[in-house]
Amino acid sequence: MIDGPTIVSALQTCGITHVVWVPDSHLGRWEADLSSSPSLRLIRATREGEAIAIGGGLILGGARPLVMIQCTGLFEAGDALRNIVYDLKLPLLLLVGVRSYRAFQSGQSTDNCPAFTEPILKAWQVPYAWIDPEKHSGADFIAALRKAQVSGNAAALLWVE
Amino acid sequence: MMTHREALEVLANLRGGRAVVSTMGSVAFWPKLSDTPLDFAYNPSSMGQGIALGLGMALAKPGLGVVVLMGDGSLLMNLGSLVTVAQHAVDLYVLLIDNGLYEVTGGQPVAGAGRTDFAGLARAAGIARVYACPTVEEWRATAPEALSGPGPVFVWLRVRGDLGQQTPAPPRPMIQQVARLRGALGASG
Repeated sequence: MIDGPTIVSALQTCGITHVVWVPDSHLGRWEADLSSSPSLRLIRATREGEAIAIGGGLILGGARPLVMIQCTGLFEAGDALRNIVYDLKLPLLLLVGVRSYRAFQSGQSTDNCPAFTEPILKAWQVPYAWIDPEKHSGADFIAALRKAQVSGNAAALLWVE
Repeated sequence: MMTHREALEVLANLRGGRAVVSTMGSVAFWPKLSDTPLDFAYNPSSMGQGIALGLGMALAKPGLGVVVLMGDGSLLMNLGSLVTVAQHAVDLYVLLIDNGLYEVTGGQPVAGAGRTDFAGLARAAGIARVYACPTVEEWRATAPEALSGPGPVFVWLRVRGDLGQQTPAPPRPMIQQVARLRGALGASG
């Protein structure tokens, strides 16, 4: 089980300096841990495209941000993602909460968000990896984030909700 | 009413060592006034994200000072960015170049053209230092104060719209701009 303190510890281990976010009901549980961490700065954005552009500016300035949003926000943020990743070619890192994924997989949800998250990322040609907090450990999360970092390219971690 | 170029000439005399992010129509003028490694022509852009990009730079480099040249059409696409900026004590200076038009698409009015109180919106968002300059004389008189001291700062500049403008080209490819800016900010590698 990956909880808030585990996430904060992992981000510290990976040298993340800023978390730019529009929280959802799952990621939002980390609010207290993220906002109280002395080594992370939590930046609250009003929408997801804005969060991605702030992340781009942080990278330009030499910081190492992680943008945390829900998949619905990923859908909203397409043009900002296109610009930061393909025009500016910045190594943007995203953590995307996939709403209703577990229920959708078991046929118990009519929420269509999970159906579109992977196709959207494939369309934008952004590589991604899944993190299931009930199956993966903090070490798994660190390994996935580090793999994304060393690639030098934009990447997303998809968070099972 | 001042011209777009006149508005930027005032900035050119006072920008000091700050980074300047130009967007949309300002990309046609600013590189002719200043083209240092700290001048970033954000084109191609994601329309409406100039303030967010500048905020990120300012957060990453406290003390640098970042000026963002933003059009009214762009700001209207991301009014929430004013609220986001207001949360942070960063030296970010937003210069709103308000011509009331989508200039490069043929001069169609933006929503609310001539009615929107952008200074009021910025104040209501929580930005304490807000200036409104409808003429170049007022802008020249206000600029030394507006462009000094702590940010965030929002300046509303009313400029004349010019029809028949083409989408301006950046002074160099984006990949070169990014490398140059990151080098100047010590953010390479």
